[in-house]
Amino acid sequence: MRPAVLGLALALAFPAAAAAQAPLAAQGCLGCHGATGAGSAAIPGLSGRPAAELSAAMLAFRANERPGPIMGRIARGYTDAEIAAMAAHFAALPAGGSR
Amino acid sequence: MSSTLSRRGFLATAVAAAAVAPLAAPSIARAQGAARLLVVGGGFGGASAARFARIAYPWLEVTLVEPQRSFVTCPYGNLVLGGERKMADITHSFDALRARGVNVVHDWVEGIDPVAKTARLRGGATLGYDRMILSPGIALRWGAIEGYDEAASALLPHAWVPGDGTQTSLLRRQLEAMDDGGVVGLAIPGNPFRCPPGPYERISMIAHYLKRHKPKSKILALDAKDAFSKQGLFQDGWKQLYGDMIEWVPLSKDGKVVRVDAASRTLETEFGVKHQVAVANIIPPQSAARIAIAAGLADNSGWVPVNPRSFESRAAPGIHVVGDANNGAPMPKSGFIANNTAKQAVASAAALLRGETPPEAVYFNTCYSHVGEEYGISIVGIFRPTDTAIVEVPNSGGVSPRGDLPDQRRAEAAYADAWYASITQDAWG
Ligand SMILES: Cc1cc2nc3c(=O)[nH]c(=O)nc-3n(C[C@H](O)[C@H](O)[C@H](O)COP(=O)(O)OP(=O)(O)OC[C@H]3O[C@@H](n4cnc5c(N)ncnc54)[C@H](O)[C@@H]3O)c2cc1C
Repeated sequence: MRPAVLGLALALAFPAAAAAQAPLAAQGCLGCHGATGAGSAAIPGLSGRPAAELSAAMLAFRANERPGPIMGRIARGYTDAEIAAMAAHFAALPAGGSR
Repeated sequence: MSSTLSRRGFLATAVAAAAVAPLAAPSIARAQGAARLLVVGGGFGGASAARFARIAYPWLEVTLVEPQRSFVTCPYGNLVLGGERKMADITHSFDALRARGVNVVHDWVEGIDPVAKTARLRGGATLGYDRMILSPGIALRWGAIEGYDEAASALLPHAWVPGDGTQTSLLRRQLEAMDDGGVVGLAIPGNPFRCPPGPYERISMIAHYLKRHKPKSKILALDAKDAFSKQGLFQDGWKQLYGDMIEWVPLSKDGKVVRVDAASRTLETEFGVKHQVAVANIIPPQSAARIAIAAGLADNSGWVPVNPRSFESRAAPGIHVVGDANNGAPMPKSGFIANNTAKQAVASAAALLRGETPPEAVYFNTCYSHVGEEYGISIVGIFRPTDTAIVEVPNSGGVSPRGDLPDQRRAEAAYADAWYASITQDAWG
């Protein structure tokens, strides 16, 4: 079986799977902000917070306008589009996190 | 096996029936038509991959092969040495992954045939796969330091590949048994190696224990390099918390250990100086784990070259190699990178199975280190792939600020604890 043929077959077999694509930029946040985005001990939760609040916080950290032990160093690695995607992702989750 | 893996369509079923070698192990039932993701290694990379695959791509049938019945993490092992954690706190069960529908097989993969797309297990079974995620971690290069082989590690522990936890427990017991006033010697390798700040966090946590229980003792850290991760921050903290307890000897001051005598606990450096110590922790040079080398995936460096977007092996299409085994520099060999890049590898494998292009990637790492109680420091890195390399995003990331900043240190120690809880949940939860 050639891989291209198998790939085609699977693409035909699972049309709904494309919707399951996870926002990968947001996956990095889960290493500290809880595997569900609901926070972990001293680190605050992200899920269920308004997208505008989350993006504003990230943009302020990135611009060095909001102090913090670590988030400025992190926010400076991300683009506007990634920040917007992360914010939308967590805003759409229930406040207690998901899965 | 979950019902989401039921028959999806006649075409895939026909393809699967025609193309796929049958599984030898009868216990590994397979739904007809599901694409098979075989994950090898249940550590940070492998467990994260298996969990993420079941959540984000429920149409994937996921099998995880890992010899250990439960996983003991290297991260926070240093806190066990410091007396701040117990082994149970760093041991994780595979039950939650099973409950998510991961078929967990406790065995070793002994051989991989990338053309037939099969993996041979020590127990005799042969598993077929459509895509493999290989995250087997590192091998210690026995003999790279003369006299340091597996037998010697029963006397002079490395505690760098935790296995069933024996090594970390052994080093802890040796520290407990040492008399006050003893010298603890460490041999630290050159780059690249697993967890660049790890040896220095270990020095810190051993000092933390000795300061409380054996304050006349010393630590002699013999290093095969002249600079190390978060060096200024570590050395500031050592001075502030432990005074002159720690002596760090760089390569240029004859710090490279080339020979050990396990029976007498003697560490010998390049220029022939012999240091006899009460307890020795030898962290030897490393390579990708044996299975990656045996499968022909590694190059002369001992690490596995991969596509920087998909982590697919350059030597064997269909096998995505994540975690410490790949040549991911400038990304560090960290649990966080293993977790984060495993997700990109799974997303890429899923895309390629559907005939799509792997998604845009951005890789994220934070390594926290405990220097003392309520004294944490960190290094952050954000990385992006090009067609041929992985590049750190300019003007981002970096280390904690230096200076007398007790609130910063306290916050980062607490964040480190939160990180450990979070990332272990994101891998084994
Ligand atoms: C002291 C110390 C402290 C650390 N602290 C941190 C930290 O604070 N933060 C951080 O991010 N990282 C830290 N690390 C690094 C982290 O432990 C590694 O980067 C991480 O474990 C790499 O994940 P991996 O999946 O590549 O390998 P591992 O986690 O080692 O997992 C590999 C697994 O593969 C299995 N395996 C091997 N061969 C086979 C085979 N043939 N068949 C089947 N299974 C096989 C092994 O049994 C093992 O369970 C630390 C490391 C050390 C040593």
